[in-house]
Amino acid sequence: MAEQTTSGGHLSAVLSPEDEAGQQRFDAIIEQDSRIEPRDWMPEAYRKSLTRQMSQHAHSEIIGMQPEANWITRAPSLKRKSILIAKVQDEAGHGLYLYSSTETLGTDRDTLNDQLMSGRAKYSSIFNYPARTWADMGAIGWLVDGAAIANQVPLCRASYGPYGRAMVRICKEESFHQRQGFEILLELANGTEAQKKMAQDAIDRFYAPALMMFGPSDNDSPNSKQSMAWNVKRFSNDDLRQRFVGMIAEQVKVLGLTLPDPELRYDEETGQWIHMELDWDEFNRVIKGGGPCNSQRMARRREAHEEGAWVREAASAYARKQQMKEQVA
Amino acid sequence: MTMSNTSNNGSSAGWPLWEVFVRSSRGLSHVHAGSLHAPDAEMAVRNARDLYTRRNEGVSLWVVRSEDILTSDPDAKDAMFESPKGKDYRHATYYTKSEGVKHL
Amino acid sequence: MSAPSSQTTDHSLDSFGDATASATRVTPGNALRPEDIALQDTAPATEAIAQYALRLGDDALVYSQRMAHWVSRAPELEEDIALGNITLDQLGHARSFLTYAGKKWDKTEDDLAYWREEEEFTSVHLVEQPNGDFAETIVRALFLGIYQHMVYTRLLESSDETLSAIAAKALKEVDYHLEHAELWTLRLGSGTEESARRMRRALEKLWPYVDELFQDEPLHDELEGIAPRPSTLREEWTARLTEILERAELSVPEVPFAMAYGRRGEHSEHLGYILAEMQVLARKHPGATW
Repeated sequence: MAEQTTSGGHLSAVLSPEDEAGQQRFDAIIEQDSRIEPRDWMPEAYRKSLTRQMSQHAHSEIIGMQPEANWITRAPSLKRKSILIAKVQDEAGHGLYLYSSTETLGTDRDTLNDQLMSGRAKYSSIFNYPARTWADMGAIGWLVDGAAIANQVPLCRASYGPYGRAMVRICKEESFHQRQGFEILLELANGTEAQKKMAQDAIDRFYAPALMMFGPSDNDSPNSKQSMAWNVKRFSNDDLRQRFVGMIAEQVKVLGLTLPDPELRYDEETGQWIHMELDWDEFNRVIKGGGPCNSQRMARRREAHEEGAWVREAASAYARKQQMKEQVA
Repeated sequence: MTMSNTSNNGSSAGWPLWEVFVRSSRGLSHVHAGSLHAPDAEMAVRNARDLYTRRNEGVSLWVVRSEDILTSDPDAKDAMFESPKGKDYRHATYYTKSEGVKHL
Repeated sequence: MSAPSSQTTDHSLDSFGDATASATRVTPGNALRPEDIALQDTAPATEAIAQYALRLGDDALVYSQRMAHWVSRAPELEEDIALGNITLDQLGHARSFLTYAGKKWDKTEDDLAYWREEEEFTSVHLVEQPNGDFAETIVRALFLGIYQHMVYTRLLESSDETLSAIAAKALKEVDYHLEHAELWTLRLGSGTEESARRMRRALEKLWPYVDELFQDEPLHDELEGIAPRPSTLREEWTARLTEILERAELSVPEVPFAMAYGRRGEHSEHLGYILAEMQVLARKHPGATW
């Protein structure tokens, strides 16, 4: 539910008695690992941080539709075409679940949308890479959705109620996304030489960007600590990443393909998976707008929104006219 | 009680926010599923169908304007829900002497 | 006809404690699927029946291919999902009809979709037209929605059990598509001046392709009791359309009908591009499975 931001943003050095009581209640709820709900008092920093994280997540779902939507019209079988449409449609749905949850923190969808379209808000940088071949539909499902799920499953227990509930729905639905991607690759891997090559090439291109989806190492991630203290984040970026890499290291064997990582190994001593050094310079460059497709993705999102303006206005105008008619009657 | 002071701030060219409730099968209550934007009630129901029941999650939907929902005041929560506390005689478990008597 | 789709519930994520108190309960539901038709022994009894199924399949396929372009480009995110649903439903109908038709010639849905040449397609020009703006998309959806609704309703009584079963499933979905088109026609027709202007322009642009929907072919002589003659649908179609347009403060435009013969393989200039896009990958890898 979108409910108005509670007061508490005043810049006074001393907390008001209400805020102090609110903070105490908030701390107690977090301490019990219970859930914060929309109309509860919460620290402004918590509200802001969640708004940022959840809306980024929503934007990622919406922008993430594009690379896959590009292949709907070219899908090589009607069954695959159906699956892909259903999947991309789910992503719009997930974006909406998340916008819906974010609105409960007091920022409405139009504002969030403006933040995206003006470039002030970020989204997952992986969607700024192009989907060049059909095999990319497989790699995106298996690796990108796989990494997303690894990130999201712990978020089902996030301390903010609406976020956790949205994540539960999303995780349930995304289990099919990862499987369909894996099966696309499996089919290709067992197909012709050209198909197999296509599959390996897609994995080679998406492996490193997928690992970077977990974010920079926690030592370089200033927000991580606070987010964990608030019970939003449950595991560190590095921890989630090495767990994910361990899973796909096994799964890739079923495909009969390889991961492009000569350094990948399981370290018995630490019980951790070791992977290659990731290119964080590239990551930062893409985040800042310099990826292969940033400009294209944003342009398409803006275009859809701008070209839809007359439609949205017409529907609003119609609703107003109907309301007036009802009042007269 | 205070009014849940929802404002739409001209969202989506004035498309207001609606709360969606889904009855997942006959015999169960409608449960809150989330919200969405729609220009009017009719479209809200249709959007709700597309957004919240893509996998047979429901047999019936309710939509209601978010701003029409009245919420109990969270700041008064302690007082609001205090009264039932301690009234353990409202619960069958309070009556221990009749334990073991059949069909009681 | 039974539809043996498995009924499963996903409990795999129930370990999230209180967070599962959502309204989510997931089942695939029971419905006739293209896969079920593929498994059936019955092929269309006559060439005419197969050809008829091919026409319904081609219309739905090309329409779905067009509509797919809206995904990620709709006027509002909620609408993206609505249009995606329609695209997906139409593709499902296409797959069922094509699967059934193909059984007459030992062809799969994919053989028919990916390996026929343009002149072998039987779609009408209406579905081949570009999406245009949202008004054009809605006007086409309205024309086609009323038409498909009527055809599928009549097919419920077909003596061909498979046609009637596919129609029964499709009808429930088309019913929703038509309502969607109708709701938007009312909103755009009586919304703003701009939206009304766009609707009038869309009506004029697409009206020429209406006539083709109602042209009988020699084929229909052989389908007595199996499928309706297109010409018999015209009167009711026009009445239903006129009624909706009137409520939307719009009217049937006065523009001439186009000479359009998609049913006999003479297509609009658009179909070549649509097929080039649809078939490019499959044709690059002959014999491959996906």
